[in-house]
Amino acid sequence: MAKDAVTIRVQSEDFDPGVETQRLHEADPTVGAVATFLGLVRAHPQEDGAVTTMTLEHYPGMTEKALAAIVDEARRRWPLTAVTVIHRVGPLAVGDRIVFVGCASSHRAAAFAACEFLMDYLKTRAPFWKKETTASGETRWVKARASDEERALRW
Amino acid sequence: MALSIKYFARVRDALGTSGETLAWNATWQTVDDLRQALCARGGAWAETLSREEIHCARNQQIAAWNDPIADGDEIAFFPPVTGG
Repeated sequence: MAKDAVTIRVQSEDFDPGVETQRLHEADPTVGAVATFLGLVRAHPQEDGAVTTMTLEHYPGMTEKALAAIVDEARRRWPLTAVTVIHRVGPLAVGDRIVFVGCASSHRAAAFAACEFLMDYLKTRAPFWKKETTASGETRWVKARASDEERALRW
Repeated sequence: MALSIKYFARVRDALGTSGETLAWNATWQTVDDLRQALCARGGAWAETLSREEIHCARNQQIAAWNDPIADGDEIAFFPPVTGG
């Protein structure tokens, strides 16, 4: 896999999942499968103080290195022809796209597995932090979930 | 020389600062020695920098508490990550 087939971006602006998916296979006719994951800011109306905005903070410099290390690990484990990881930072609203992970391979098994691996590792090893703002203007840092760590430990 | 120390997210909010430059102390051998020196300031420092609640990075790589520390390092303290 060529180094230029890896795309890692940390950005405040939105992205187009269709364009990003197309990029994962258009340059390589050996690609038979592309698996993608799209993460969104969700509403959770069952909880008190519904969330209106989410602010994503990160550690500039380390974030890019951590994502590159996670992608390298995925490439070591599966035969991937291209990988894209895009993570947004800054203020986001309910329904906004937060994260895109896409993996291209000859066959679906590697693409599916690598995509899930990348998300599980990103959620537990990349230095991003979410802060929620409720309708009343109250802010709170999102707590890490043990279930995310358990998922990452499966690999 | 000196250490560059960074604080992120809940840790930064609780300490009221995003970072500082600290004169190197030759008695520090591990990341945890630095953490304990910061905790010795008391108050929010002692409450926030409890080892069970936070993670640390040395030169932008996740570090274990007993990892060595050296003059000129960039050390960061932050809560468990919640991206994705």
